[in-house]
Amino acid sequence: MRLRVAAGGPAALKVLAAAGAAAAPVRLVWGGPLEQPLAPLSPPWTPALELDSGTVLFSPNAICQFFFLARGEEPTDLTNQWLEWEATELQPAASAALYAQLVHGRKGLEAVEVLGKLLVHIELNLSRRGTAYLAGDTKSVADVVVWGTLFPVLQDETSLPSELQVLRTWFQSMTLSEACRKAADSVLMPKALLEFKSYLQKQPPPCLAMERATSNEPEEEEGSEPALTEEEITAAVDAWARGVAALPKPWQPQKPVLPVEGMRNVLITSALPYVNNVPHLGNIIGCVLSADTFARYCRLRNWNTLYVCGTDEYGTATETKAVEEGLTPQEICNKYNAIHTDIYRWFDISFDYFGRTTTPYQTMIAQDIFQRLLARGFLLQDTVEQLQCEDCQRFLADRFVEGTCPFCSYEEARGDQCDKCGKLINAVELKNPQCKLCRGVPVVKPTQHLFLDLPKLEEQLEPWLEQSWATGDWTANARYITRSWIRDGLKPRCITRDLKWGTPVPLDGFRDKVFYVWFDAPIGYLSITANYTDQWERWWKNPQQVELYNFMAKDNVPFHSVIFPCSLLGADDNYTLVNHLIATEYLNYEDGKFSKSRGVGVFGDMAKDTGIPADIWRFYLLYLRPEGQDSAFSWSDLMLKNNSELLNNLGNFINRAGMFVCKFFGGTVPDMVLTPDDKRLLARVTLELHQYHQLLEKVRIRDALRCILSISRHGNQYIQVNEPWKRIKGDEKDRQRAGTVTGVAVNMASMLAVMLQPYMPSVSLAIQGQLCIPPDCFVLSHNFTCTLPPGHRVGTVSPLFQKLEHDQIEALRKRFGGGQPEDLAVEPQAKQTPPASVTLMAPGDPELIQELTEEVAKQGNHVRQLKANKAEKAQVDTEVAKLLELKKQLALAEGKSPEVLVPKGKRKK
Amino acid sequence: MAGGGGRPLCGKQAAVISVGEGGRLHPEVPVLQTNNGPGLTGLITIAAHLVKQAKKDQLLGSTAEEKAVVQQWLEYRVTQVDGCSSKEDTRIILKNLNIHLEDKVYLAGNIFTLADVLMYYGLHHVMVDLTVQEKEKYLNVSRWFNHIQHYPGVRQHLSNVIFIKNRLYTNAH
Repeated sequence: MRLRVAAGGPAALKVLAAAGAAAAPVRLVWGGPLEQPLAPLSPPWTPALELDSGTVLFSPNAICQFFFLARGEEPTDLTNQWLEWEATELQPAASAALYAQLVHGRKGLEAVEVLGKLLVHIELNLSRRGTAYLAGDTKSVADVVVWGTLFPVLQDETSLPSELQVLRTWFQSMTLSEACRKAADSVLMPKALLEFKSYLQKQPPPCLAMERATSNEPEEEEGSEPALTEEEITAAVDAWARGVAALPKPWQPQKPVLPVEGMRNVLITSALPYVNNVPHLGNIIGCVLSADTFARYCRLRNWNTLYVCGTDEYGTATETKAVEEGLTPQEICNKYNAIHTDIYRWFDISFDYFGRTTTPYQTMIAQDIFQRLLARGFLLQDTVEQLQCEDCQRFLADRFVEGTCPFCSYEEARGDQCDKCGKLINAVELKNPQCKLCRGVPVVKPTQHLFLDLPKLEEQLEPWLEQSWATGDWTANARYITRSWIRDGLKPRCITRDLKWGTPVPLDGFRDKVFYVWFDAPIGYLSITANYTDQWERWWKNPQQVELYNFMAKDNVPFHSVIFPCSLLGADDNYTLVNHLIATEYLNYEDGKFSKSRGVGVFGDMAKDTGIPADIWRFYLLYLRPEGQDSAFSWSDLMLKNNSELLNNLGNFINRAGMFVCKFFGGTVPDMVLTPDDKRLLARVTLELHQYHQLLEKVRIRDALRCILSISRHGNQYIQVNEPWKRIKGDEKDRQRAGTVTGVAVNMASMLAVMLQPYMPSVSLAIQGQLCIPPDCFVLSHNFTCTLPPGHRVGTVSPLFQKLEHDQIEALRKRFGGGQPEDLAVEPQAKQTPPASVTLMAPGDPELIQELTEEVAKQGNHVRQLKANKAEKAQVDTEVAKLLELKKQLALAEGKSPEVLVPKGKRKK
Repeated sequence: MAGGGGRPLCGKQAAVISVGEGGRLHPEVPVLQTNNGPGLTGLITIAAHLVKQAKKDQLLGSTAEEKAVVQQWLEYRVTQVDGCSSKEDTRIILKNLNIHLEDKVYLAGNIFTLADVLMYYGLHHVMVDLTVQEKEKYLNVSRWFNHIQHYPGVRQHLSNVIFIKNRLYTNAH
């Protein structure tokens, strides 16, 4: 019989080892990577055994089985079970791990977590049976098959976790056996793996359903690619051929930007960052960066776009901060406004205007809206019981009071809202109130205040909301939060405060009061626009022509969906109301919260000190934009995404496409003769482009970024399959093919530069410079068209991205205090002590945590196995008790409160 | 789904087959609880076990070669047929099987084996959805499938898939 094996093929190892172990008399024939599949039904690279009868076995495990059968070793239930497990469970995970190692350059087992669980499965089976081999005390086909799959991934037993001691011993003895050693020597020559790598690069990555649990990944299944229809292909080819002429001319608006009759006029606001602190990465992705990406996209679509934002400067927090820093409120605002401005400039945020709320326009517009509300009877006057601090001689505004939350008993609730349960609070309802300035106990005194009559405005609010929801894009969380607010019943809402730092209330009897910041702040959008152009009303009193997008994090929703629209509806002056309310969820930092006081997390002003370019930050933040669910910033993930998606995928493709033009065609885009394969690629890219538009039109920014990466993945595969670097050395036909592939690839790169612009403006500009893309091509249509025609000269091409190194990232993680157990664990109750002494909690030892985590996993598997095997109840109970004890220890080591963890950690809703 | 394969061959129901659990990554994998010893996990493993229990060893092949061939098609069933996630995958499998069955009565040649039974169960949901034209296109698969579904004791609870005897599409394949 003849055994045909492809060098480097992953299954080659086990069939050779099995042939050796069973001493099967085979004639070995080596096949190469470019040969026909060895058997008609098998993919290339899998071995085939031609029996003397003419029958061909193409499945590796059946081949191994045959060798053992031929010398009289019948399969048993156990060997069958191992073989089936290997084929259905281990094989897919090992392939994925090998792919991650060879293609993404990841090391060892970190590549695939699932593999770890499978290794534990082997360990448990070996140790429970107490046998030297998988199916008994002698080596069987099962051992060879499992070893043959593990060896290419592990190489030697030291890459196995040390606690898998039995597995290690087994693996080592297998590796040392003569048959396995010989097989490994003949198959795993380094060259063979390299060849296999180049084969892998041409394949779509193996998909492992269970690998997709992390929240930073897209939710939807990346099933197979949809089939292309002939019409789609024809349309794509036509569009391609029309070239630059098919693109609209980029729209250059007049400055200042004003609505234009007959155009789509898009007004974009980002929630106004509060001036008195430095924004962290979560704040930045939550509104400013998201809105920027969308604004850039709108401009590329030739929509007439205005993007405004500014610092929100009035209010209690500024006053308290001023007291802390010994400055006047205005000085505080000036100082922090400059900090904000710098940060957003560094992040390349394309505001048309970044203003502030402490301007005369703010006073004018806020007082005008107030007067109109007053005149139309939408304001109520009422006596309020308010906390007054007798020591400080003042009524205490919400934020000047702290105490125990009346709803959840959190002891550090602020006077307006509880940080723990998120409920809004009336300061007088706080238990054990304290004056924040002098820590004295305030007393309740009556004082007069003005209220916005929300119940009366509700009848206007509801039809408007219905209409806005029917025609606009509101994120699901925005709708949900708004609905629950209205369902709970609207109550009159106080719009005045006993403060000095604010817009004065223009009404006798209230002249010593100012507007409550949430009445005042959204009016900032209008006044900031007014500071940009005196024709601001053409944006803000023009709902017929203007479409308004509000970007914010979810905690801001009610103010934008209920309170502010009520003010504007009541003021009745044809105001532009929000059409699309885009709210994000929260971004966490390494599984904890950002905390300025504890120095945890990256804040806007520190990002540039990391040495990581702004565009990389933009990319990563947008990649994990908390769209639909919370997500978490993680240093190692940042490194991974940079090195895999940017460097290996996107950067690699664009760089290669450009380099081929330079190296093989003297910097001039060559002639292209499209084959059916190329045409299908054009259609495929066009589909991705359509998807990109569809998603961005719905402001699904994060998901649209996947389309860009997907196009460059197609591009990499295209180059890899067609190998222009080889064909350029071939005959006339091959050289022409090399030209076509290079030309199509560089045009894909050109379009990627435009699609990337909203996400990574500097990188986009760099590509534009390198490929000399004409400025007129910087516009987005629904067509993938040939913008760099034959004869186009490109410039100097150089790499776009740099690798992030492990050491560099570890240093940053240390510096920014991420992933430290005490940070992970600080529950609000524990925050009681002043920030400096937070370390009161036992700092978790990472090694101990690691060890316990593994113990828990192991014991968990054990219990499941017992249950599956219907073990005695008493035995199960004992083991479950052990598991719970281990979990408790783990929780303690992590500094979490163990009670919460034991009932399967269902803390999140 | 995968659980049905063992049923027709099970003489005495001295065991319970449950689907799911077992600490595995694929929860739908069946587990067999026997009265003695630990359970067995996996469709092929359980089916082969039951075949031996029922003393119908010939269903697993007689010679080493036959046994390996049966093993190979059982493996094909749980990796390729169960693993296919798209129409395109299914099409490739039908195409390959059609080629394979061109000169064979059964998957393993001229003997009826466990491979035929499990493949029948794995493909039933596919065959039910095929159009008349597709059934003609994969003529050898259709002929084989029709044969197996009428094999005594095989079809059990599954619906009878209808195949038309005269060809409608003369150009097909």
